[in-house]
Order: sequence, then C-alpha cells, then structure tokens
Amino acid sequence: MSKTVEERERVVVRFAGDSGDGMQLTGDRFTNATALLGNDLATLPDFPAEIRAPAGTVHGVSAFQIQFAASDVATPGDHADVLVAMNPAALKADLGTVAKGGTLILNEDAFTSRNLEKAGYASDPRSDGALDGFHVVQVPMTSITVRAVEPIGIAKKEAERAKNMFALGLISWMYSRPTEPTITWLERKFGGKPEIFDANVAAFTAGYNFGETTELFAHQVSVKAAPVAPGIYRNVAGSQALAWGLIAASARSGLPLFYASYPITPASDLLHELSRHKNFGVVTVQAEDEIAAANVALGAAFAGQLAVTGTSGPGLDLKAETIGLAMITELPMIIVDVQRGGPSTGLPTKTEQSDLLAAMFGRHGESPIPIVAAASPSDCFDVALDAARVAIRYRTPVIVLSDSFLQNSSEPWLLPDVEALPTIDPMQAVASDTPFLPYGRDEVGARPWAIPGTPGLQHRIGGLEREHATGAISYDPENHELMTRLRRDKVNGIAASLPPLDIDDPTGDAELLVLGWGSTAGTIRAAVQRARANGGKVARAHLRWLHPMPPGTDAVLGRFRKVLIPEINDGQLAMLVRARFLIDAQSFSRMQGQPLMADELDETIEEALHG
Amino acid sequence: MADTAERTKKDFSSDQEPRWCPGCGDYAILAAVQSFMPELGVAPENTVFVSGIGCSGRFTYYMDTYGFHGIHGRAPAIATGIVTANPALNVWVVTGDGDALSIGGNHLIHVLRRNVNVKILMFNNQIYGLTKGQYSPTSEVGKVTKSTPFGSVDRPFDPVALALGAAATFVARTIDNDRQHLTEVLRQAAAHPGAAFVEIYQNCNVFNDGAFDLLRDRSQGAHNQIRLVHGEPIVFDEGARCVRLGANGRLEIAAVADTDPGAIITHDVHGPPSLAFTLAQLSQGPTEPTCIGVFREVKRDTYGESIHAQLDRATERLGAGDLTSLLHGGDTWTV
Repeated sequence: MSKTVEERERVVVRFAGDSGDGMQLTGDRFTNATALLGNDLATLPDFPAEIRAPAGTVHGVSAFQIQFAASDVATPGDHADVLVAMNPAALKADLGTVAKGGTLILNEDAFTSRNLEKAGYASDPRSDGALDGFHVVQVPMTSITVRAVEPIGIAKKEAERAKNMFALGLISWMYSRPTEPTITWLERKFGGKPEIFDANVAAFTAGYNFGETTELFAHQVSVKAAPVAPGIYRNVAGSQALAWGLIAASARSGLPLFYASYPITPASDLLHELSRHKNFGVVTVQAEDEIAAANVALGAAFAGQLAVTGTSGPGLDLKAETIGLAMITELPMIIVDVQRGGPSTGLPTKTEQSDLLAAMFGRHGESPIPIVAAASPSDCFDVALDAARVAIRYRTPVIVLSDSFLQNSSEPWLLPDVEALPTIDPMQAVASDTPFLPYGRDEVGARPWAIPGTPGLQHRIGGLEREHATGAISYDPENHELMTRLRRDKVNGIAASLPPLDIDDPTGDAELLVLGWGSTAGTIRAAVQRARANGGKVARAHLRWLHPMPPGTDAVLGRFRKVLIPEINDGQLAMLVRARFLIDAQSFSRMQGQPLMADELDETIEEALHG
Repeated sequence: MADTAERTKKDFSSDQEPRWCPGCGDYAILAAVQSFMPELGVAPENTVFVSGIGCSGRFTYYMDTYGFHGIHGRAPAIATGIVTANPALNVWVVTGDGDALSIGGNHLIHVLRRNVNVKILMFNNQIYGLTKGQYSPTSEVGKVTKSTPFGSVDRPFDPVALALGAAATFVARTIDNDRQHLTEVLRQAAAHPGAAFVEIYQNCNVFNDGAFDLLRDRSQGAHNQIRLVHGEPIVFDEGARCVRLGANGRLEIAAVADTDPGAIITHDVHGPPSLAFTLAQLSQGPTEPTCIGVFREVKRDTYGESIHAQLDRATERLGAGDLTSLLHGGDTWTV
C-alpha cells in the first residue's frame, strides 16, 4: 500500500551521530541521490576536531546538513526540518539546529541509561518534556538493522555498523529519493567484499521498507527538480573544485602544476586531491613544515612552474616571510589559505573568515599581495583559474582565501566547457639582442620571468632591495621608494583587468547595500531575497577580489545611504572599506565557527532599512 | 646536462665585486668554486646557486649563473623546489653554520633525508659574522661573544655527524685555504648523484680568527689533519700517527710505531654509516686532530628521480590526464 506524497518547495535534513557512525558518508550519499534528482542543494558537514572522541559523548558528534529545493538554494539552511539522531549525544548537540515543530528521528536502541549519562542528560529528554513541540519518531535502528543483516551471517558488530545505511534508506524513502545510485555506489565500494556489500544493501533496503510500511510516517515528501540552466551537472565540494581549478590553470597555461604543502586542517584535502592526479603531471610535495612548503613552491616558481602552496591560518603566519620574498622577487605563486577558526590553533574544524587582514597586512614592510576569495564550492574552480591568471601575468604571489565551510560543503555545478576556459600565456623570457634587465617592466609593471636553463638570461634574485631595471642590489634611498611604489602600483593595476563591482539592485533605488565577500555570499543572497520579499529595497554586492578591489568600487559604494557588511569575523572587510573609502559602513559580525545563517541577518537588515 | 663547450673561470664570475671583509675565508672558497665549475661541462645557464642569510648568502651574487638569495635558513627548501621542478639543473646551496644548523636545521636534515640532488656547501666559521659576532651552533662550550659575555653553555653540533645522522648519501669536510683538497672534495660532491653535504672550515678573521689554526695553518695542519682517502689506511701526522680500533671498541688515535699494521682502520666511504659517524666523533672539534675528506658516499634514488618516475608510472597506467574526463568523472546529470 503506497502512502500519499506531499509536495514541498524546500527541505533541510540533518544527520547526526557519533564520529564512528558514518554520518558524513550517509550525508554524502543522500546528497548524491538528491543531486541526481535535479534539486538545487547546499551541504554543510560539521565534524569535531577529535578523530575519535570518546564514543557517545557530545564532543564526538559528527553531523551533516543538507538543504535541497525545487528552486534556488543559497545556503545549507538555517534550521533543520528533520534531525536524524543516532544517539543521545547527537540529540543533545544538535537539537538547537532543528526548526520549531521539526521532526526528530531517534535511534531508539541507543537511548540507554548509560548513553544518556554519557551525553550528559540528567533525565531522559524523551520523557522529561525537553522535546515538547517537536515531532518525535523513535525507530529501533540498530536492532532492525541487525535482524535484517542476520541471514548474511556476519559478526554482530559488523552488522550494527550498517545502521547508518538503515537511516539513509529511511530518509531516502521519506524524501522519495531513488535507491539505485546508493546501491550502485555500494557495489563500487564493497564489490570485493560481497558480505559487507550485502549487509549494507540489506540495511539500506530495510530502512527504505520501514518507511513504506510503518505507521510512524503518514506520507512521503517530494521536492521537484529545480529549474536551472541546461547542461551537464555534477555535485562538487570546494576542495575538489579548487584542486581541479588549479589543474585547469596548469592545462590552460601549459605550465606543470607544482603543489607543496604541509598537512593542516582544513587544507589537507587539497593535498590529497591533487596527489591523486599525477597523470596530469602534478607534482605534490609534502614538505617538512609550513615554511619549507612555501619555499619549495617558490623554488618551483623560479624554475618556471605553476607553483602553489596551501595552508590554513597557523600556516599562513609561518609562510609570511616567504610570501614577502615571493613578493619582492616578483615570482608568480599561489598561496591558498583555507581559513578556520582562529587565533592560534583556535577551532581547527570550524569555519571563520578571519584571515582577511592577515592576508592583506600580515607581512613586514610594504608588501601588497593580491587577494581573491571564493564565494561557493564551485566558485573555487573559477577562483583558482583567476588567481593563476593574475599571478602569471603580473609576476606576483596571489593569496586565495577559501574556508572550512567552502572546502567541505558541496553544491551542484554546471560543468564548464573546458575548451572555452581562458588560456594563460606564461610569457617566459628568452634572450634577445637588447641587454637583459631582470627588473625591467612591461606595460602592466610586470618583470620578466626568466627561468633557469634559459641561455643568456642568468641573473640573481633575492630578498634584498633591487635597483630598478638592472636588479643589482641597491641601498639607494630613492631607488627603494621607487621600487616600493612600483610594486604597489603593479598590484593596484590588476584592478584594470577585473570586471566592475556587480550590484544586484532590482528596483534600482535601494538605499541599503549589503556587501559581502567569501563564503557568506549564499547567506547574504538568501537574506536579501527574504528582505525584498517583505518589501525591503535592498541591494547586494559581492567582492571577489579583496585586493585590489574592482575599479569604481569607491563610487559604487558611495551611492548608497547605508552599507552593511556581514562577516564571520570581527569586522575585517568593514575596517578595510571604512579606511579605504571613508564610508560609514556598518559591520555585522558573527564568530561562532559556523557559517552565517540568513535569519541571523534578517533583523539587522530590517533595522538598517528603517534605522 | 654536460656539454663539451670550453669554459673558464670568467664564464662563472659575475660583474659584482665581492664585498666580504678583507682576509675572509669566503674569497678563497669563491675562487675555488669559480675555477672548478668549468670542469663540470655544465653551462652557466643550467647552473643555479641558492643561498640563505649570513655572510655566505652573498655567494650567489658573485656567480654568473642563475641565483636565488633566499631568506634565513630556507635555501635547502628553495633548492628542493628548483631541482624537483627541473631535475636537469645543476643546483648548489651555499649556507653557513647559523643558516644551516640553527634557523634552517629542519630543512637541512630533510633535504639530506630525501636525497635531493643538490650540492650543499656549508661554510662553518663557528660564529655569527653578519650580525657581528654572536656564538653559533658550532661554537665551542665556553665561547665568549657579545651575546655570551660569561661564555656559551650550549654544546655544539658536529655538522658531519648531524648529516650522517640524517642519512645523507654524501658527507665531506674540507678547509677554505687548501685549494687542492677543497677542489677535490667539490669534484667528488659534484659527481655524486644526490644530496652532497660539504662542511668547509672557514676562517672569520674579524669575529673568530684562528678558530681552525690547528688544521688550517700549514705547519700545524701537517700534524693534525687526518686525511680520509677511500680504501687507504687512516694514517696522519706525516706517517707517525694512525686511527685504530681501541680496546673498548671505540676508535682511537695511536702512534703507528705502537700499532699492529692490521689494526689500522682502512677508510671505506661505501660501508656502514657507523665508521663515518665514529670518525666524525673522533675529535671534540677543530682544536684536536680532525678528519677531513669524504666520510661517506653511497647511492640512493634521488628525490627528483623518484617524483618524476611516479608521474611517468601514473601516466602510463592512467593515460595522460584529460581535464574534461576529470570534471565529468563520477556521477553527473543532464538538464
């Protein structure tokens, strides 16, 4: 007997369990099936810093949230409509993320008195009123899974481990997701271990069938495909898109990609992904430390390759002196900073946008560096290409800012036509009849990139100040000022190659501009759309290049009576905008290690509109 | 990489006038290196010198090759990037005791461990010269300097023992003013496929004059240099003294007259590292008879070779990378 199907515009589901419960995998598989259905979506993995915190504790809770919809999805969602909690700790940690009146699907088997105690519950939340106002559904997931898997004859412990597939099956039924993609994937993953494959399929099917037959769920929910531009799509996480963007930059420039890095959360995935693609000629070096990684990359840049180093905040600090060296030697190089909660070790697995000023000013001396930030997981691809273009054309290190949220989050991506991607001409120097000037400059102020092995162009570079044009060491006071200005002007001049700041202002008469950068783009878009739906006249703009800013930014920002800048930091872009443009920009700041939520902005936008 | 073009010292000398203190040991090393380079048959454009910070850091400016004067301690890392990107280049690192063993200690041990194909010349003058005379990680205990007016309490490193401990495949020691010995060691270092570590005792006549007199001075050196030659018994002091196995299993210095010829140690650069390590520890420093020459030379795959072999194998197995296939790999859907 088939149940009725209720159609919904958008849904937010959150899976939460112990670190060892496979919640990231469950979320990832659900995302895949959802993407294949054609929903727009955004995801948010949320996991602890501990590899395996003590089982059953709140510290060990790992969660995965997805918002999917029949229309534009800008964020992983403010609040979950459904929380799947595999144990009491998951319920305790994540109850606050659930919308009022939302559904809690609890693994009943895990709510033992011992687990309740480990989670820090003094009394059972299921009976003490803590869950009043929620729709609570208890399902004995572990025991049904064990029974379903029993005929296969694997050990009970192995059988219990398949309970995440039961949860996936149940939620797949609830939201009318297709089962084939998951079964095909299980086949790929466990093809060589038939018993484990069978157990996972049995658990998944049991979950799906449980939804169909139990009376706990009155109906299924369906979310139609979102209307999007035609083309071929895939789901992509920021770390993949960034890695592939760098490979694309290598392919489109003809320069071999050379990536040197030291493992650091959350940038390690970039090293992992790139190290898989050696057949693209990608050299990956896991250096002895952050400083070495930057210097190895800089050596490769001198040798003529597309050199990249990646890190997170603590590593950016350590690389600072080397970035300064790359700046004064004017070599093309990309520094990826996947930001995390700081300062110091801070919140290694949580997100923050707090390295903007470090990227901008975190070196001694006058040391301007171009900075570009990705707006979404798929935008990491384009940002990598753009960073390579600027680094190579202007002979300068470029800092790419991403963050923990973007790296781990995923979204559907309309795949680009590779042949239509821009090409990048490395313009490496060759000997000519005129004397070689290692610090001579072309029309954009860039110096020649003369790589070792090129006859007739032997020259010496280094961190000491250079004489203009000749590159000889110079302590001349006027030369130092000239070189400082030339380096500054070169970086400022990159603005001429950037599109002007795009202002989204449908009515053309907004008085409030909400300006953002980096991964808050989706949240700001969602919040501004909501404000407009309520009649507010709000414009929106996103700064992709933080340094230099696009041409005319000053004039554009000056048009608005109010500029509101939401950031996951203590107002860093706001400080830059105020200092640069003498604009009374208002900062909205959140520093909780979490992506910004649209409803956090609602009130602020409202106040700014009427204040 | 090697070619047959005729070159001279001039082809490797830049137009920059060296600016070390008059009488500095660096001049002799520079002249020896510039004179030796043509022997290698490698064009200046295929040669790169990388240096760090300190008096030795200036070296790159005086060579008419490609040069990178990096930041303090990081020359081995920069050189690793250069030669890994382009293994055809002939890459040399010039560093000092402070640059290589203090601020850059981590990079030194890792460049040796990885066997990156770079030749490292470490000028050891047992002092910080450029910062005007503080003790260095090779200064002896009790050293009185500007930063240690009551004497240094730090125990020094033995650079050769440190390099051997880091699994270096080529380790040698030579002396700035012994042109012939220095050139011979450079020759062997250049011929070694992999990381070559060469410690050069270098006199700082301003801040640490005479530190190596026992070995540098012609008349004293004749008695106190223990010259290591592969395959030959270790005899020095004009044939009067030798290195033999002591009763306690340690190496000891003894009079040849008192030693059974069979007990004299025969030097073996290819043998187990323990011999080289023990020879490195034979003296407490250059104020006692001290070994110079090649301590150890063994073959191991170089880092660059291994990296590029892996790229080739991956390409052979997976085919040359195709960007479209990469992006379209995995689950896609069409709208």
